[in-house]
Amino acid sequence: MSREDYEIVIGLEVHSELSTKTKIFCSCPTEFGGEPNTHCCPVCMAMPGTLPVLNEKVVEYAIKAGLATNCEIASISKNDRKNYFYPDLPKAYQISQYDMPLCEHGYIEIEVNGEKKKIGLTRIHIEEDAGKLNHDDYGRGSLVDLNRAGVPLIEIVSEPDLRSSEEVDLYLKKLKSILEYIEVSDCKMQEGSLRADVNVSVRKKGQKEFGTRTEMKNMNSFRSIVRAIDYEAERQIEVLEDGGKIDQETLRWDDVSGKTFPMRDKEDAQDYRYFPDPDLVAIKISEEMKENIRKSLPEMPESRKERYINEYKLPEYDSNILISSKYFSDLFEGATKICNNPKSVSNWIMTDITKELNEKELEPSDIPFTAEELGKLVVLIDKGTISSSIAKKVLDEMFKEPRDPQKIIEEKGWVQISDEGAIKEIVLKIIEANPQSVADFKAGKDKAVGFLVGQAMKETKGKANPQMLNKMFIEELKK
Amino acid sequence: MVVSKEEIMHIAKLADLNIQENEIDEYAKNLQDILNFVDVLNNVNTDGVEETMGVISNSNVFRKDEIKEFANRDVLLANAPEQEDGMFKIPKVI
Ligand SMILES: [Zn+2]
Repeated sequence: MSREDYEIVIGLEVHSELSTKTKIFCSCPTEFGGEPNTHCCPVCMAMPGTLPVLNEKVVEYAIKAGLATNCEIASISKNDRKNYFYPDLPKAYQISQYDMPLCEHGYIEIEVNGEKKKIGLTRIHIEEDAGKLNHDDYGRGSLVDLNRAGVPLIEIVSEPDLRSSEEVDLYLKKLKSILEYIEVSDCKMQEGSLRADVNVSVRKKGQKEFGTRTEMKNMNSFRSIVRAIDYEAERQIEVLEDGGKIDQETLRWDDVSGKTFPMRDKEDAQDYRYFPDPDLVAIKISEEMKENIRKSLPEMPESRKERYINEYKLPEYDSNILISSKYFSDLFEGATKICNNPKSVSNWIMTDITKELNEKELEPSDIPFTAEELGKLVVLIDKGTISSSIAKKVLDEMFKEPRDPQKIIEEKGWVQISDEGAIKEIVLKIIEANPQSVADFKAGKDKAVGFLVGQAMKETKGKANPQMLNKMFIEELKK
Repeated sequence: MVVSKEEIMHIAKLADLNIQENEIDEYAKNLQDILNFVDVLNNVNTDGVEETMGVISNSNVFRKDEIKEFANRDVLLANAPEQEDGMFKIPKVI
């Protein structure tokens, strides 16, 4: 049998940090960074006698996520304790949800090779994050920082509906974009605010039962997830083809070697002995509360896409890229409002801005300038104040030190020369210096004009208006 | 339901307790007593009694999402047997 005879089955548990101001059960700030243990209090440090009180925004955000992913919202829900020992978990239990999660039975739609596919969501529940273990300088001990302990998370559990690493990539991108649109998580991968446990199994095509699965925990890069799935599926198929069997185990993905390794799993790790947290009371969700949250949902990407195609007359290709991130989409709409030139704004986002982000390994959320500033940049080009080559330099400047583009070109002296007298002076000077090109033009080689325009642009450091140059060269040469 | 020796060892391990071989019978007996009591509760007729989620019948006790900084790390770390750089120092964890 060969690889083509197998089907890969993948399910994901995605953890996403919610962007509330405070932790889930105490009033400590959730802000990333900060000196160790300065975003802590007796509650999140599990001092005896302290009691948790649930943050209302956590419930609201989780329901928002549920509604945006077509889930049924529970009318009654509760918190449970998940018991295990680990030094980053000060209470020796994590407050999570077991059998009565806030949201269940949802789905997310992805588009695979032009066809829509629904990926089922088993559930979305709320829980608290753990702290962080650092290592001391001499390798003699570990140091515990509990700033992240108690930061609210939602865990989004998918059905085993995904069939390839490509589908997983599409699913994760879609999920990330939904969470950004509804503004419940900023999804900063490098800060670990979106991470996934990945379950992979393989089975012969046509077989009903699932194969034995392995799990890779806590992965926080889409690229690594894709590579890990491809590697792990291949490995499992090889084992089966050699007549072996797959052990259900937790694996660690190593990005450097590109391989998975068995983790020495804590024995009995799966025996979490969940029970209802007696320190917390039931969560009851009324129809009214649900409806109010539903009304607060912003316009979703699919609807924005329709609008971009119909109202702004953008190609579907552009629209897909723009809605892929809320930050792109907001930037596009804000800038278009200022300059009324949707195609130009779209081009700037798809080419120069994307290029800059890729080079600096930044995400759309890291774009430092505002939509208004981008809009003003496009206005300056459209009015002929600057050429598009100068505009690229202005954009660089906006990435370095965001400010009004008008100010930038004034400070740098980059205003385009559009004064007829000044242009004429340049044109005559260049003609004088390039008799060969003049002769070429007279001999019928129209390309010579392009060369002369280039020379003039060089002479003026890109500041001359290229359309005016072109026109005036032809006029002068024909004389 | 009878509590086996294996179960006692398993529960002890999960609870991170060091139980000696000669203590197992004692623990088994104690746990058995608790289970017997729960069995009594399980057999109470609860027809027509509304299901509850805990001993408190309240629901929706929430906190506003407003920051209150505790801002006293020294107090929080005061009882730590060892600390370094503002963190709890513990035996090395791999
Ligand atoms: Zn706290």
